[in-house]
Amino acid sequence: MTDAPQERRTAVPGLTVTQDNEFFFTAAREGRLEIQRCTDCKALRHPPGPACPSCRSFEWDTVTASGRCTLHSWTVVHHPQDPAFTYPLAVGLVDLEEGTRLVADISGVDHADLRRGLELEVGFAEHAHGEVLPQLRPAGTTAGTRGGSR
Amino acid sequence: MTSPFSGGAAIAGIGATEFSKNSGRSEWQLACEAVLAALDDARIGVEEVDGFALFTMETNPEIAVARALGIPELTFFSRIPHGGGGACAPVQQAALAVTSGVADVVVVYRAFNERSGHRFGQGPPPFAYNQNTDQEYRNWINPYGLLTPAQQEAFLARLYMEKYGATSADFGQVSVLSRKHAATNPKAWFFERPITIEEHQASRMIADPLRLLDCCQESDGGQALVIVSTERARDLPHPPAVITGAAQGVGPQQISMSSYYRDDIDAMPEVELVAQQLWRQAGIGPDDIDAAILYDAFTPMVLLQLEEYGFCGRGEARHFIADGNLEVDGRLPVNTNGGQLGEGYIHGVNGIAEGVRLVRGTSVNQPTKTIDNVLVTGGSPVPHSALVLAADR
Repeated sequence: MTDAPQERRTAVPGLTVTQDNEFFFTAAREGRLEIQRCTDCKALRHPPGPACPSCRSFEWDTVTASGRCTLHSWTVVHHPQDPAFTYPLAVGLVDLEEGTRLVADISGVDHADLRRGLELEVGFAEHAHGEVLPQLRPAGTTAGTRGGSR
Repeated sequence: MTSPFSGGAAIAGIGATEFSKNSGRSEWQLACEAVLAALDDARIGVEEVDGFALFTMETNPEIAVARALGIPELTFFSRIPHGGGGACAPVQQAALAVTSGVADVVVVYRAFNERSGHRFGQGPPPFAYNQNTDQEYRNWINPYGLLTPAQQEAFLARLYMEKYGATSADFGQVSVLSRKHAATNPKAWFFERPITIEEHQASRMIADPLRLLDCCQESDGGQALVIVSTERARDLPHPPAVITGAAQGVGPQQISMSSYYRDDIDAMPEVELVAQQLWRQAGIGPDDIDAAILYDAFTPMVLLQLEEYGFCGRGEARHFIADGNLEVDGRLPVNTNGGQLGEGYIHGVNGIAEGVRLVRGTSVNQPTKTIDNVLVTGGSPVPHSALVLAADR
């Protein structure tokens, strides 16, 4: 067994889960994309934080996003390669329909088709440490945008 | 209106180790060698050092260097975060300490085995695995495959291309220019190894649109700077590089390497904030800058910084470069040492040393024109810092 190739471990750090952001990861495990909302001024914010940068309120709840989004910018990563991903790896920054942005890896899109404004949807997939997180996919291909109409 | 500390302190000494890919000695030794070389350059005794200003990322603490070199007492020691973005801020700390009388001789150094040891381009640094608010921003980029600075910066480069019609070859101009300058710099890793734009275009893709030759080197080495009052510097061997501007900046909704949630992600308000402070402190504007060392971890940032500092309009940097303005005898000679693409990557501190040489008139690529004011910048898109170094005239 000594000559078996050593399995490379992912360099992706584990999530830093706090009281400010736990909702996001819990919802993702359940297949929902949640956006933090200030309950005082109603401003949406992402990434999550403890206070509203518009009105400084610490009171917040979340809204469920539809998952509909358009591509704002992107990259296709070639090097270095981490064992948690398949390369070349497309990663996108999207404008969510609700107005906030989100970063996630892109699956199922020909890299030559990536362009600004491309319509995508947020789905969910297991990532480096088995955690379920958003993943961007072509519009109309994700089975469930669960809870989006709530 | 100039700042109270503007002009009151100067860089009087610079010193470095060789810049290599495998130093063969400890980071601690590299730091000590660089500090001694800078003090020797300034002709200031080692025992006179009473202050240090460093990066938080510096792995050789001031007390380790003070102990190793027998520096008996320190009255000032400070650390600045944000890696290369903060590169110029330790010099601001030093100038503030010297002009306020807290310390008389403050040394800034950065020393590491960043190629033979931990490589920034290979993945998250060791501290990335600390689970605290400082590293929480990684939640929103690292799990999706954005693990290195090149990968994190690619969104900005792509959007800049889309908005202004810039191309990979436009970015490549910076790489070609840097290697041209490095080719005549014996201290540069890429001494006598210029490249063509075709070689840039043929270099492998790292994180589209960034190619290998858009990325700075990874280097082993150390660089140190000695800051004293301008008054004292006038009595030392080299012409003082007077610190007439020194500024830091954090912009709205700033996140390390990933301020992706602003309206315009390719704009860098923290850089503009630093620029405004510099011009106010030094009592000058971009037209008065005779040469610049622009932080070149990745080529697109040189274009964006040219625009943020007001040397050309938004989206016009590629034309500004193509017109020859950045050449040694152009309007704004840039990265005359070869930059971090060509000379070496000492986290921006070797660029500050080149700024000093330009003021002294001793760069290996010294422009023929008179150099009164040099702009030296830190990295982006992170919290930013920069300096104006001026001749004492």
